Amino acid sequence: MTAPIETTGSQAEAAPEAVLEGVKSKEIEGRSLGQIAWTRFKRDKLAVTGGVIVVLLILTALLSRPLQSLLGLDPNAFQQDLVDPNTSLPKGGFGGMSWDHPLGVDPKFGRDILARILEGSWVSLVVAFGATILSNVIGVVLGLIAGYYGGRVDTVVSRLMDTFLAFPLLLFAIAISATLQGGAFGLEGLPLHIGVLIFVIGFFNWPYMARIVRGQTLALREREFIDASRGMGARGPYILFRELLPNLVGPITVYATLLIPTNIIFEASLSFLGVGIQPPQASWGGMLREAVNFFQVDPQFMLVPGLAIFITVLAFNLLGDGLRDALDPRSR
Amino acid sequence: MRRSAVAAIAVVSSASLLLAGCSKADDGDSGAKGSAKANAATTGVVNASDKKGGTVTYAMADAPESFDPGNTYYSFIYNFSRLYARPLTTFKPGPGEKGNELVADLAESMGVPSDGGKTWTYKIRKGVKYSDGTPVTAKDVKYAVERSNFARDVLSNGPNYFQQLLADPAKYKGPYKDKSDKGLDSIQTPDDHTIVFKLNKPFADFDYLVSAPQTAPVPKAKDKGADYTKSILSSGSYKFETYKDGQQVVLVRNEHWDAKTDPLRKQYPDKIVLNLKVSQATIDKDLMSGDIVADLKGGGVDAQTQAQILSKEDLKANTDNTYGGRLVYTAINTKVKPFDNVECRKAVQYAIDKVSVQTSMGGPIRGDIASTVMPNDLPGHEKFDLYPTEGNKGDAAKAKQHLKACGQEKISTFISARSDRQTEVDAATAVVASLKKVGIDAKIKQYPSSKYFSDYAGVPSFTKKENIGLMMMQWGADWPTGYGFLQQVVHGKAIGQSGNTNLSELNDPAINKLLDDAIANTDESARKAAYVQVDKKVMEQAAIVPLSYFKVLNYRSPHGTNMTTSAAWSGQYDYLNIGTTKK
Repeated sequence: MTAPIETTGSQAEAAPEAVLEGVKSKEIEGRSLGQIAWTRFKRDKLAVTGGVIVVLLILTALLSRPLQSLLGLDPNAFQQDLVDPNTSLPKGGFGGMSWDHPLGVDPKFGRDILARILEGSWVSLVVAFGATILSNVIGVVLGLIAGYYGGRVDTVVSRLMDTFLAFPLLLFAIAISATLQGGAFGLEGLPLHIGVLIFVIGFFNWPYMARIVRGQTLALREREFIDASRGMGARGPYILFRELLPNLVGPITVYATLLIPTNIIFEASLSFLGVGIQPPQASWGGMLREAVNFFQVDPQFMLVPGLAIFITVLAFNLLGDGLRDALDPRSR
Repeated sequence: MRRSAVAAIAVVSSASLLLAGCSKADDGDSGAKGSAKANAATTGVVNASDKKGGTVTYAMADAPESFDPGNTYYSFIYNFSRLYARPLTTFKPGPGEKGNELVADLAESMGVPSDGGKTWTYKIRKGVKYSDGTPVTAKDVKYAVERSNFARDVLSNGPNYFQQLLADPAKYKGPYKDKSDKGLDSIQTPDDHTIVFKLNKPFADFDYLVSAPQTAPVPKAKDKGADYTKSILSSGSYKFETYKDGQQVVLVRNEHWDAKTDPLRKQYPDKIVLNLKVSQATIDKDLMSGDIVADLKGGGVDAQTQAQILSKEDLKANTDNTYGGRLVYTAINTKVKPFDNVECRKAVQYAIDKVSVQTSMGGPIRGDIASTVMPNDLPGHEKFDLYPTEGNKGDAAKAKQHLKACGQEKISTFISARSDRQTEVDAATAVVASLKKVGIDAKIKQYPSSKYFSDYAGVPSFTKKENIGLMMMQWGADWPTGYGFLQQVVHGKAIGQSGNTNLSELNDPAINKLLDDAIANTDESARKAAYVQVDKKVMEQAAIVPLSYFKVLNYRSPHGTNMTTSAAWSGQYDYLNIGTTKK
């Protein structure tokens, strides 16, 4: 390359040596698809940022309860002396922010917002991950079967997908969540609500994943390695899960990562509508629902859970986009 | 009153001397510009004026199912309908508890009881005409009661007290099935201006019962069943000009209305407009800008408007914070274990921190802390507290004692609340937090208010199956007497398999007898004493945890004239004679 005239001295002189040394010390070797993808991914600054935030979020959610007890926070403790009884608003500026309550307290009850955000984080992520896993397992299995066997099996599974896609999901979710409020399946209270949310969100989202997997399988099943393993006597399940599935890990990971933020928003929407997580259990959607009544006079209360959802969804989307670009550069 | 406020400011700083001067200069034209103080309409009439003309505009967040006087159960329609439908009796416009005074309206005077309170006779005023010029007769009143109470399949919204009270109602199938001119035997009309009600038992509150718009005359020839709401024939001071279903209603003067036949109505504005399905935030803004005179529902401004208003003195001066004739309470289900044991119920009584519940519902502005079943603006209310705790903040130690006496250490139960009523969910949240401190674990179950009584909390088999031991509830009287309030919520006979309002399922023979005897008693003071006794007995049974005497914060448009809130109308403004200073 054309070095500027100013580039003189030790640096310029040392450069060729350094390049040579590097080549010498590292043996030139073949790199796996995963390594190539990882190198590409590392170059994508936005995706890495997203990934870091996602890791932090997952850590926060996992450590939510221990963190709360460590900081001495209780998401359901009333501190009504911090609330002006006439206006229901927290005393002091910025929604009652103070050293004791860095994100302020909520109107009416005076509960610590930081504690509620922490508590809400694990609820959101458990529901989103649970629902994503559920819909992916169903979607991958049915997509593989439909794509590999084709013919009548494909027709049946594809029509089933159409049926599920035609379902008015939100209405159905509202109806199911509202009717299953008491006790069901031996569960009640919070575990039941989380279970119902995972089921409702997960069980109706599988056709999207199934369609992607089916399409990919259709292309893969004509490839030589499948013919080869069939020729060597491999049976259906072996080909499906040992030969086809490993080749689909890329798209599945990408799609799953992109499905998580959708599910987080879905969970928040249901809680916002009052059919998801029930008060007094903290959830981000539930906090937004309460904040709506006060957004003009206490905007900070709406900002905090809103930002929490925003950051989480953005981080997962950035990560998902980066993974897609890294695993399948042609799709850019 | 104004002068004392000015003096107080003057003490604070010298700058306020200027203020004082300004205020004095304003004294000249008070009234029209809204210089009244906060709560002025709860103790007097604000902007009293006999000026005619202008358009009075109301708005409401929803739309009532019907404007038909025979097909409604909303107190704001009871209030508003008097502009176009005259019941036999009604409440005299007056501030606060003075609004509870019952006076004759279409009737010449109050009813004359005979046969020990089983027969009630009313004389109807002569010269009252409908908006088409035809005279009002006693037959039309009889027909109005028949259609509103005996044809539930057609007109289902109103209460059916008359059907329960009138003699031998079983044979009569209502005017839409029974087309004979004779109609119901137990209402007789010996002439065009006399109507006689024959009851199956003595009923001392009958004058109150006929204040319902169900007694407002409806001519048989003009009735169209449920569609009558679209073409109501007016007997009041205003008539319908336009009726747009779910959008707008416009009333104009009824030229056939004669002031000589009506001591109450004044017919001040030229036009009355009611806009429907306006969002509460818009209503609040329009109130403050002066575009509308009042929120027809009268349920108060929303939470953030409240916060805005209370921080500005000039806005606060235009508010009326008044009792709504309602009790907010938690009903304890006496049929769900372990609350079938009175000791467990007493534990709940002591456990609940009422201050915390009050703060959660919006503070003292939204209600005073309650200790009795009868709300404190109900005539005959007597203050007592069987479960006093320090500062009303609950007493965990006493609660645990009673829990022990009940043989329980931990209780796991559910508490129901209406999902679309945020304050109710908030109150339930506070109750749950209080109960948790004494070892009662209650989880909230939310149900839509439209089906709360028909499918959920009001279905005893459902609450028992779902282990709903506690239920959030709000109750207002159908008419302002102890019986009108208590009968539906504590009498054993009020327990129904669906649509139950006696949520505690309290069926105490002593309470039932006290109520039954009281309503047959013609001595008013004896009746009042009996109601207080009932109140005390219910509290001894600990079946109801009174939380707060509901209050509303209404914004009073400075442009409205003759504004006064009335206890009879749940703290709404009395709509009969509101005028406007705007053109």
